[in-house]
Amino acid sequence: MQEPILSLKNVVYSFKTYGGTVKAVRDVSFDVRPGEILGIVGESGCGKSVTAQCIMRLNPEPPGFFEGGEILYKGQDVLKMNKKELREFRSKEIGFVFQDPMTSLNPTMRVGAQIEEVFRGHKDISRQEVKEKALEIMKLVGINNAEKRYRQYPHELSGGMKQRIMIAIALVSQPSVIICDEPTTSLDVTIEAQILELLLELREKLGTSIIMITHDLGVIAKICDRVVVMYGGKLMERGTVDEIYYETAHPYTKGLMESIARLDTAKDERLHPIEGTPPDLFAPPVGCPFAARCEHCMQICNELPPEEIHFSAEHSTVCWLQHEMAPETSFRRPHMDAGKEEI
Amino acid sequence: MARYIIKRVIAAILTLFVLVTIVFFLVRLMPGEPFTNPKLTPDVAANLRKYYGFDQPLIVQYFKYMGNLLRGDFGYSMHYTNKTVNYIIGQTFPYSADLGIRALCVAVSFGLILGILAARKRGTKIDFFCVMVAIIGTSMPDFIIGACLQYFFGIKWGLFPVAKYQGFQYTVLPACALSFYTLAHVSRIMRASMLEVTTQDYIKTARSKGLSEVRITAKHQIRNAIMPVMTILGPTVAAVLTGTFVIEAIFAIPGMGKYYVESVSNNDYSMTLGMTVFYGIFLVFCNLIVDILYGIADPRVRIGKK
Repeated sequence: MQEPILSLKNVVYSFKTYGGTVKAVRDVSFDVRPGEILGIVGESGCGKSVTAQCIMRLNPEPPGFFEGGEILYKGQDVLKMNKKELREFRSKEIGFVFQDPMTSLNPTMRVGAQIEEVFRGHKDISRQEVKEKALEIMKLVGINNAEKRYRQYPHELSGGMKQRIMIAIALVSQPSVIICDEPTTSLDVTIEAQILELLLELREKLGTSIIMITHDLGVIAKICDRVVVMYGGKLMERGTVDEIYYETAHPYTKGLMESIARLDTAKDERLHPIEGTPPDLFAPPVGCPFAARCEHCMQICNELPPEEIHFSAEHSTVCWLQHEMAPETSFRRPHMDAGKEEI
Repeated sequence: MARYIIKRVIAAILTLFVLVTIVFFLVRLMPGEPFTNPKLTPDVAANLRKYYGFDQPLIVQYFKYMGNLLRGDFGYSMHYTNKTVNYIIGQTFPYSADLGIRALCVAVSFGLILGILAARKRGTKIDFFCVMVAIIGTSMPDFIIGACLQYFFGIKWGLFPVAKYQGFQYTVLPACALSFYTLAHVSRIMRASMLEVTTQDYIKTARSKGLSEVRITAKHQIRNAIMPVMTILGPTVAAVLTGTFVIEAIFAIPGMGKYYVESVSNNDYSMTLGMTVFYGIFLVFCNLIVDILYGIADPRVRIGKK
């Protein structure tokens, strides 16, 4: 197994509001390895975006604050960086692609200038080189007529084009990791396919690791290597894409998959939504956050938080149903021996 | 761009035409008439009326006035005998405009600075101070501000002359007094607008690029936040530059304000009309400039680019 380039360790992140403290991210740990595409999936309000923005510390602080944990990038803790180090980290080491390209570009600034801005504060590079890099990256992300686009304003570009520009901004300084926060949610399906294709291609060419945040399991299946399933600010399940799809070990993951329309769904068959809504994060439940909506909920689920149970090197879940004392269900997977000892 | 400006000018001329027509008939509805001075004998008054053409039907007077207006002639004042309205505007407008420009420079520069500072340091003492300035500026009438400035800076500390308009140090106090309201207004709007822009997605994008906060404010926030300020600036410039009665009276400045206000109580029809038209042209012109500036500040509203 390769050394992770970025690892989150027991990150707890909350927001102070008038109504109390919102515990948005509760004890989340995962690794990102060089060159891989890691998917983070979950429904709205489960803490995906906050987690992603935590990594670059883009959440407004205050009201947001870290209650604990560390985020290690190449061994350095992002939480302990001073302002200057943090700026350098953001500009050179990591890129971020936001959800809505319509509002994520500055409307009063030429596209080229917005890409070049990333090099602000890099001292060892001339203006000419910066421009060349900007044009080069624009061509790389599939923008035709880059010279002309370079001088245009965001409102003169289409949505897909803007998202390509956003990706160009994230990639121009050749970071090791880029975080894509639902990069295709606000685009139509054809453009979505193109953008996903582009991300795969860029990973091949540049070897960039990508953290892909989405609520769309289709997107995950298409491009990700590994998946992290989040719910209520916590990790529910993680594993390779195949493990998540074919050896689903958590009722929430199963619920997510059953709620997608498929080609082989019978005409008169209805989709199976997960009943209920995500938990109130002002006062998150003591036990498993999914307990209230879970079909297989047991008494213990409401009382104690489940432990992480490993099935293979990659695959693990946080669910009482997998405990050796739990009753037999269709979810039951054989535990990994090495995993057991760790617990 | 040229087509757009021509269109705007035509629209402006129509606006002015409507304005003149309405004001022409409105002033006639005011009680009294210009020649009711008890010193005038009935004969003299009748002669004067004839001289100014009041014996003719109103509609004829209207067309005559419009005809003269087309030639840029506002006619003779009915109160200041032997002086044309054009002459009075020519004499007084430079003072009002001079004072107004100084006041605007102070108001816009300090207003923007205060607004930006307040937004950047939201919730701190600096923000509180800026908001206080804005509240005081908006709610305190200008004659009180003027009088306070005169008392402290003029009389008590003797830093600046109290009145008259004869050199740079004479302009300081009236310009400050005049600027205060606009300054408060600009800072208030700039603060609100800056705060709105702060929550925009592209600010987060800028932050993700590793830019410094100063650069984010300078390059990304200000330009996007300045539009609402420009909107209010059009009418404000017109109002400030064409003189204010109170400030000019307090500081004994020979500006336009006094003539405009007095023309109404004197029933000086030609003066009221002339000043209104002058102000109208100025206002329309300022708004046109603001519209062109919009296009410069925000590429989305740029029109007819070829």
